[in-house]
Parts: sequence; structure tokens; C-alpha cells
Amino acid sequence: MSERNLVRPYGDQMDDGAVQLSFTLPVEFGPLAREAAKKFCEKLGFYEVTIATMEDLSEGYTFFVVYGKTDVAVDLSSIKVIAPKVQRLPREKIDELVLQKLKRPIVVVGATIGTDAHTIGLDSILNMKGFHGDYGLERYKAFKVYNLGAQVPPIELVKKVREVGADVVLVSQVVTQRNIHIQHLTELMELLYAENLRDKLLVIVGGPRITHELALELGYDAGFGSGTTPSEVANFIVQELLKKRGL
Amino acid sequence: MGRPTIRLDSKLVEYARSLAKKITDDVQKIIDEHSTVSTERATLRLLGVDGVVGEDRIPLVNVVLDKLKEWNMLDQGAFKPVVNAAIVLDKDVQQICEAIADGLDLRTLPQPKRQVYETFSKKLVEEALARIKRKSEERDALLQQLGDPPKPYKYLIVATGNIYEDVVQARAAVFQGADIIAVIRSTAQSLLDYVPYGATTEGYGGTYATQENFRIMRQALDEAARKVGRYIRQVNYASGLCMPEIAVMAALEGLDILLNDAMYGILFRDINMLRTFTDQYISRLICAYANITINTGEDNYLTTADAIEKAHTVTASQLINEQFALKAGLKPQLMGLGHAFEINPNVEDSLLYEIAHAMLSRELFPDCPVKYMPPTRYMTGNIFKGYAMNTLFNLVSSMTGQSIQLLGILTEAIHTPYMHDRYLALVNANYVFSAARHLGDEILFKPDGFIEKRANEVLRKAVELLEHISDVGLFSAIEQGIFADIKRSREGGKGLEGVFKKSEAYENPIRSALEHELGVRR
Ligand code: B12
Repeated sequence: MSERNLVRPYGDQMDDGAVQLSFTLPVEFGPLAREAAKKFCEKLGFYEVTIATMEDLSEGYTFFVVYGKTDVAVDLSSIKVIAPKVQRLPREKIDELVLQKLKRPIVVVGATIGTDAHTIGLDSILNMKGFHGDYGLERYKAFKVYNLGAQVPPIELVKKVREVGADVVLVSQVVTQRNIHIQHLTELMELLYAENLRDKLLVIVGGPRITHELALELGYDAGFGSGTTPSEVANFIVQELLKKRGL
Repeated sequence: MGRPTIRLDSKLVEYARSLAKKITDDVQKIIDEHSTVSTERATLRLLGVDGVVGEDRIPLVNVVLDKLKEWNMLDQGAFKPVVNAAIVLDKDVQQICEAIADGLDLRTLPQPKRQVYETFSKKLVEEALARIKRKSEERDALLQQLGDPPKPYKYLIVATGNIYEDVVQARAAVFQGADIIAVIRSTAQSLLDYVPYGATTEGYGGTYATQENFRIMRQALDEAARKVGRYIRQVNYASGLCMPEIAVMAALEGLDILLNDAMYGILFRDINMLRTFTDQYISRLICAYANITINTGEDNYLTTADAIEKAHTVTASQLINEQFALKAGLKPQLMGLGHAFEINPNVEDSLLYEIAHAMLSRELFPDCPVKYMPPTRYMTGNIFKGYAMNTLFNLVSSMTGQSIQLLGILTEAIHTPYMHDRYLALVNANYVFSAARHLGDEILFKPDGFIEKRANEVLRKAVELLEHISDVGLFSAIEQGIFADIKRSREGGKGLEGVFKKSEAYENPIRSALEHELGVRR
């Protein structure tokens, strides 16, 4: 990659900048709508804008599929990827490391908090069975897992954290409409601070719309998105926790 | 339009039904001994009680129920004490409830003569039932006038959180070809032990089900229906802690379909079993009387359990839902039993499995408006692949003669549908349904071929499961995690505190009248 730092989208010729877009405008189907869509795309920085199709959604709405070209390029060397850093150790190695250094399993409490009822994502990280052939945390000797399931009020989660002396909190948030997940995650973090628990814990959030960047912004230690495997999470936990405990 | 057939082992079908009947007979005995706060609130609503109290806008029916509980009067039901008060104070039921909210204490009131009470309540019950009947006749007349679209009906969801925005999205969908509009409920409404009030503009993942929101959407859909010259059905959810009340509101506002499953709340919302079983019964009595089609939620099982391995749990649950529905007087024509196209697309011959499962549902329930759900679990951010999956889903539906088709949305894995997502779903379905209109007439499945064998295999496994449930009882079976791999305990879950055992003095003349009218009086 080092020889090509400047990149733009690729259609069928290097640097042609070809992009495909689709969107709806609240404009009556007709020539005015077409021009409006074209202008809109030009404002976005596209040229050679082709309205491949425009379709009447009725009652003053029109749908467009558009192709355009752009000169905009990004410099790869200027980009910093914000992602949890993990070194990949196999399961046996992790188990060994934890039992040797911490001399007990890491206590993990997991829950989907607030009004969110989606458990499959969190379960695939925690349950024995795991995700796509990658075993879940319960399968490791290195972890003692408490999975509280869905719709857990943050206050209940905090109670459990105290009760079992958790080292790690794993929360899942799947529903993101109107930023409800931000509300839930903020509430939990504030509670953890208020209860003086934050500093001792590793607090991790996951879900299909969660990014590491967002997680850091909200004061979490890491965020994991779509397609996360349990072993990534296991590795991250062990490396970060041992560091945190000075081991 | 015809549909192909497959041969199912008819002895096995009969046996499966008899097992499901026994399972539900056992539960019904327990249901009949109980009532719930939501049942009693539904009864008050049928008597015309409406409105909210105070700054917190607590529904009046909740305030009254809380008082009755405080006075230890609940085990006789809400009907009698409230109606008694109306007689002795010479007020209507709404006024009595408002007076209770203002401090009227029913314990201090004298009793009217039994004769007077009976005449008066008979009149109230007749009025309540007549109100429902009138609404349902009104709907029927409009259906006759505008005409019924061909099946499968194209069912689309709106879920903006704002009822007025929902109306915009729903009308557009109707003009693009939708036959059925469902307003998805806001996240976690099912766990509220009251029904919110008035028009709402703030919801998460959906819009609150309120009577006023029902009315607003009904009016918008009827207007759009007249424009397109096609009857449009309206859907909401009678699930969660307020099943009976939502059913009443839907009946009063003329909704056509309610999501209503005998076990969904237990499994997917962790609502107490006894609460759910009791509530589903009353809500289904109301649906049956109001001519509202129910849609059951078997599709959900396949979002947590594997669709091939656990296909028989769908069948077993359909049979249980059917028997519970019969007990509440629902005719097959009103039972929209559910199933889904949720097999992992990476499985070779997944299409054959899907056709086999779809044929099984069709063949087992030939008179039911079976509801077919689209791929959701294996939908990903690759919207183009997802669109292809939805095309196959539409083809299977059309070919096997399904009745209600919840259209798949290409952005399923990303967000609740945008206006053009719905449009593209309709483009797909309109194309496939037209292109394959008479395909079903031409198809003969190979006798003892893969499809026929697979359908019978699923049925056989369903029977084994029903045998087990029949042995241990439905409560224990759910405790063992038989459905959707989810375990729920008998004493656990939300809403158990809202269930009570009926005392000797319990009366609910509306419930009795419904049972009588529907011919299910025990
Ligand atoms: C299955 C499902 C359900 C099931 C859930 C069953 C269950 N027990 O979980 C049921 C039917 C109950 C359901 C209900 C609803 N759902 Co739903 N559901 C889905 C569906 C189809 C699949 C989700 C899934 O299981 N994916 C598979 C898992 C493995 O993936 P995942 O969650 O991304 O998890 C991975 C990573 O994100 C990560 N991860 C996840 N959590 C965590 C946690 C940690 C700590 C870590 C490290 C990693 C991690 O690791 C996992 C493995 O890689 C999606 C659509 C889709 N195809 O995505 C909609 C979807 C998520 N649901 C949605 C909605 C809106 C709802 C409802 C609100 C609808 C309603 N109004 O009733 C209700 C929610 C009720 C509630 N109170 O929350 C929307 C969310 C939209 C949004 N962005 O806000 C979606 C996207 C569908 C849609 N387009 O509308 N749903």
C-alpha cells in the first residue's frame, strides 16, 4: 500500500471515482425532482451525474438511483484506525496465562441493558457454543461468566457486579433508533462512577452499530461491532485486564 | 388461484391435533380459575370507561383497578362493584370511575337489589357488545364496497415512532401496492402494565399503541383505500401485559388484524406464563367477536433456534395456538398462524426445505390465513444479497399459496424501513406475484420426494414434541426450554402480581356474554 497513498472509488478504471447512491427526495415526481436530485449530487461533489432511475413514491416523494464521479480522494497515510488492539492467543494459552498470573478465573458479567431485548449477539460471545465455530467465553477456564440476559436495568447490572466481584462488564446494545443506546450506555457509565466501581472494571460494549470510537467517547474501554468473534473479545479482556492489574 | 398439495400422514395429523387439544385443555382449566388486572381493565373499557388522571396521565381504568385492589375487592372482578355504584348513585360507569379517582370509596356504598343489578348489567352488556358488532359490520361493508385484494396480501410495517410520520409512510405504501399496514410498537411497550393515552410522537423502534393512534391510522388508511379502490387492513399488537385492553381498543377502532400469540410474551418478553395464558384467552374472545384476525408469532422461534433443526417447534406451536384459539371461539378463517423463511442461506437446497416447511403449514391449516414471515436473521448489511433472498421468499409464498405475506425489507439488518426500502419491497413482490400468479396451479410435487418426506418428518418430530409436552404439561415444557431454546419459570416473569384467583363472588357478565355468543361457554 505504501506506493499508493491517495485513493478514490474504483469502477472500472483506476481513479475514475465512480460512486453509486440511492435516496429519496420529498419532491413530486417529475422534471423538477430530477434536476433537484442532480443538483444535490453535484453539491456533494459529484460530476457526470447520471440519474439511472427515478421512481414515483407517490404523494410528493421520489426515489433515485444515481451514479456519479468524484475527484475527492483520501490519503491513507493520514488515517488512524480506531480499533481495539489485540494480540491473538489461542484459547489454551489464554487459560494458562490467566490461571498463572491472576490465579483465578476472570469474573465477567454480561447483559443487554435498558429496554433492549436482543440477546443473540451477547449470547454468541458468552455461550459455550460461541459464534461461527469460535467458542464463547464460557468455554474458557479463564472466565467465570454471569449472563444476565436482556432488558436488564443498569442498576440491576451494577448490583450484580458488586455481588459477584466482577472484573469485566460486557454490555450489548442492538436497538439504536433515536439513539436510545447512547441513553442506556450513558446511564450505566454514570452509575458505575457514582458507585465508585468504574476504575476497577473493564467495561466493554458491543452490538452491530457499535464502534470502538463511540465506545471510547462514552467512557468505555472498548467497543465491538458486527461479526465480532468471542476469541477477539477474550484476547482483549485478558491483555487489558492483566495490564490494568499490573500483572 | 390454485396451490399444489402434498400428502401428509392423516392419522398423524389427527393425533397431533388431539395431543394439542389435551395440552390446552389442561391449561384452560387453570385459565378459567383466574382473572387479571388487564382483563378487568378491558372489561371497564368495554363499559365505555376512558381517559387519564392527573399530571402523570395514568389511565382511569388503572386508577380504578388499583383502588379495588387496595380495598381487597378485586377477586370479585371490577364489573360488579362499579356497576353497583352506578345503580345506587344513579350515575353512568364513566362518572363512577371518575368519582373513584376523586376519592369515592365503594366500600361504604349499599348494595342494590339483585334484580335491579341484573337488569341494569344486561343492558350494559348488550350495549357493549352492540358497539363492537356495529364497528365490525361497518368494516365489513367497506370491504364489500372496495373489494378484497388477491392473496397473498402484501403486508408492510411502519415504525417511525411518530404516528403522524407513520401516516405519511403508510399512505405512500398503500399507493405503491400494500394491502396491509402494521404499526410496529415502541420498544418495551409490551412491559407496560397500562396502555398509553392519546396521539404520540416519540417512540423507539416503533410507535406506541394507543386508542387515539389507532383512530388516526384507521382514518388515514380508509381514506387511502377509497383512493386506490382496495380495502386496506390495519394491524397492531395485542401482546405483552395489556393483551385484552389492546384487543378492546382495536375492536372499538375497527382494526382488522392483531398480533396475538399464546406464548410469545412468555418466551420473548419474559412475561409470566399464567398472566399470558389468561390474558390471551380474553383477548381472543374479543377478537373472535369483533371479527379480528389474529397473527401468531412462531416465526420468532427461528430467530433464536435453527430453522431446520427446530422446524418442528413451529408446527407444534401452531397446533397449540390453534387449539387455544378454538377455545376462545376463533374460527379458522381468523387464525393467521405464523411461520417463516429463516433457513441459513448458505445451506445447500435451503429452498427445498423452505418449500417443504411452507407446504406443511399450508396443508395443515388449509382454511387459515397463514402468515408468512420474511428472512430476518440472515439478512446482513449486504442489501443486494438480501434483496435476492426476499425474491426467493416471495416466490415460495406465491407458489405454495400463502395468505399473508410480510414483505422482506432489504435493509432489515440496518434500520427500521425507510420509505424507499418499503417501495423496493413492493416492487419485488408485485413482480414475483404477477410473474408467478398461476405457477402453483402447475406444480405437482414428486410423491415421496424430498419435499413430501421433509414435511412429514417435521410433522413427526412435532408429534414427538407434543407427546412430551402432553406428558409433562405445557407449564413444565416451557420451564424446560422447549420453544426457541428459551427457559421460563412458572413463578418468574413480569406481571404475575396482576393475576388473581377468582372468588365465589366473581362476576364478569361481559366475558360470559362473549362466551355465550361465541358458543364456547364451559
Ligand atoms: C433476532 C432479532 C430480534 C429477536 C430477538 C431475539 C433475541 N432473543 O435476541 C426479536 C424478534 C425478539 C426482536 C425484537 C425486536 N427487534 Co429485532 N432483530 C432481530 C434480527 C433479525 C437479528 C439480530 C441478531 O440476532 N443478529 C445476530 C447476532 C449474532 O448479531 P449481532 O447482534 O450483531 O451480534 C454480533 C455483534 O454485534 C457483536 N455483539 C453484540 N452484542 C455484543 C456485546 C458485546 C459485549 C460484544 C463484545 C459483542 C457484541 O457480537 C455478535 C457476534 O458477532 C435483527 C435484524 C438483523 N438481521 O440484524 C433485528 C433488529 C436488530 N431488531 C430491530 C428492532 C427495531 C426490534 C424491535 C424494537 C421491533 C419492535 N418494535 O418490536 C423488537 C425489540 C424489542 C426490544 N425490547 O428490544 C431493529 C433494530 C433497528 C435499530 N438499529 O434500532 C433490527 C435491525 C431490525 C430492523 N431493521 O428493524 N428482534
